[in-house]
Amino acid sequence: MLKTDYDVIVVGAGPAGSIAARFAAEQGVSVLMLEKDRDVGYPVRCGEAISKSGVEEFIPSNEKWITSHIDKFSLNSPDGTEAIIEFQDAGYVLERRIFDYELAKTAAAAGAEILTRAYVNGLIIENDKVCGVKYEYRGEKKEIKAKIVIGADGVESRVGRWAGIKTHIHFKDMECCTQVTASNINADSNTLYFYFGQNYAPGGYFWVFPKGKGIANIGLGVSGMVGKKKSALSYLNDFMSENYPTAPILTSIAGGVPSTVTLEKISAPGIMLVGDAARQVNPLSGGGIASGMIGGSIAGRIAGEAIKKNNLNYILTYDKAWHDRLGKRHEIFERIKNGIYNFTDEKFNKIAHSFNKIPKDKRTLGRLFTTALINQPSLLVDVAKVFII
Amino acid sequence: MFRQAKNGKLMIEILPDKCDFCGCCVGICPEDAIELKEAEIFIIDERCTNCAKCVWSCPIEVIRFNKEGVVV
Ligand SMILES: Cc1cc2nc3c(=O)[nH]c(=O)nc-3n(C[C@H](O)[C@H](O)[C@H](O)COP(=O)(O)OP(=O)(O)OC[C@H]3O[C@@H](n4cnc5c(N)ncnc54)[C@H](O)[C@@H]3O)c2cc1C
Ligand code: SF4
Ligand code: SF4
Repeated sequence: MLKTDYDVIVVGAGPAGSIAARFAAEQGVSVLMLEKDRDVGYPVRCGEAISKSGVEEFIPSNEKWITSHIDKFSLNSPDGTEAIIEFQDAGYVLERRIFDYELAKTAAAAGAEILTRAYVNGLIIENDKVCGVKYEYRGEKKEIKAKIVIGADGVESRVGRWAGIKTHIHFKDMECCTQVTASNINADSNTLYFYFGQNYAPGGYFWVFPKGKGIANIGLGVSGMVGKKKSALSYLNDFMSENYPTAPILTSIAGGVPSTVTLEKISAPGIMLVGDAARQVNPLSGGGIASGMIGGSIAGRIAGEAIKKNNLNYILTYDKAWHDRLGKRHEIFERIKNGIYNFTDEKFNKIAHSFNKIPKDKRTLGRLFTTALINQPSLLVDVAKVFII
Repeated sequence: MFRQAKNGKLMIEILPDKCDFCGCCVGICPEDAIELKEAEIFIIDERCTNCAKCVWSCPIEVIRFNKEGVVV
């Protein structure tokens, strides 16, 4: 039985929502998380790659949801030159279906209540303050009050808009993605493969992320600008028919990654936004699992503290706390992205060739960016900041 | 639902049978004119300005132009 009101309601049970719910519940306040889909963690719209440190800040690594251990990146330029960078213990390709579920379980263990099949379709707003949500549960319209609502409703977020926060993404900043999970793929199971250039994914990149036993996530993202001329789907079909024409396809999905800086405002009276809903994705890599969990943890903690202090205005400190932890970094990453994703094929080739001249043990991601940016001195300052901070 | 062409402008049509319900178009839409549930999607006619941003952003070509007014 649900209560009639909660201290905190979280909308959306992705990684950002579950971590927000957990961190709020850990403060001893009452928390309800609402999810529109039938299952937490499904469908999965993700390449599923994450760094080890990104995982372990929130949950101990567990083979139950790790499909492969990554220690190499293979970066491929348009002329087929491969630049390999090795990392010890870089990260994983997850089984997010299980991972997201396990994260939600940690929220439940901390005391949060969870309800699936609950589609939030509006907010209760009184005196310009958000104080609850309207939702549909199995065809019935309902309302429930909350002191604080946390919008963790992903790329399709509307919760922020309803609260009057400007959230829509310029279509040039949206990486429009499609991906298949395919079998019989000949790829090293410890390597993440990236492909750059006009033929693969202009204004984005193409990926092959192995999940062991010959299975891999194969997909790409292109800017909405590119989609005007050729869709992500046609790029994927071209790649598959050229490279894996007979590979069995286990899943195919579409998805959007808001690859830009965080929204100008991510909190307002009674409302906080986390994860993709706040545009907390790393704009350079498009990775949003780890950064969404970080956003969720900060918001959840602040929400819990605000309730305990009996000072709801305290939630407005969230913007700065996020900005200091990752928001500023993402601004730098965005500038680098805007530089790199506009490179011509010739430039990608030149970078790969010069990078391969560096002795093998000195090839780091930092060196790669430095090589990439030799002809782009203004960006060098930004890159330096990333690796110094 | 039948959507009439507005002032002779192009109309936008979503093909729900092909849609993956991924939300990319919802994030793009400047007018909050797309409603997306677990496996249901539609355009809120009064809000749509036919700007076509959703058409270009759909990764799998599920939204398209239609001159006549369309069945959604
Ligand atoms: C093709 C693709 C590949 C990607 N690859 C990677 C990768 O390799 N590594 C990486 O780190 N990131 C990757 N990302 C990004 C990553 O998937 C997201 O950043 C991450 O899932 C964001 O987490 P979240 O909790 O903010 O949102 P989500 O995981 O999207 O969760 C939002 C939840 O809210 C629910 N919801 C939405 N609206 C409502 C509503 N009105 N009422 C109730 N519930 C609602 C949704 O059903 C969903 O469960 C990829 C994205 C895509 C599309
Ligand atoms: S045409 Fe423009 S306003 Fe209409 S649904 Fe698409 S993005 Fe929204
Ligand atoms: S972007 Fe395309 S596939 Fe995704 S929800 Fe919109 S219409 Fe459906």
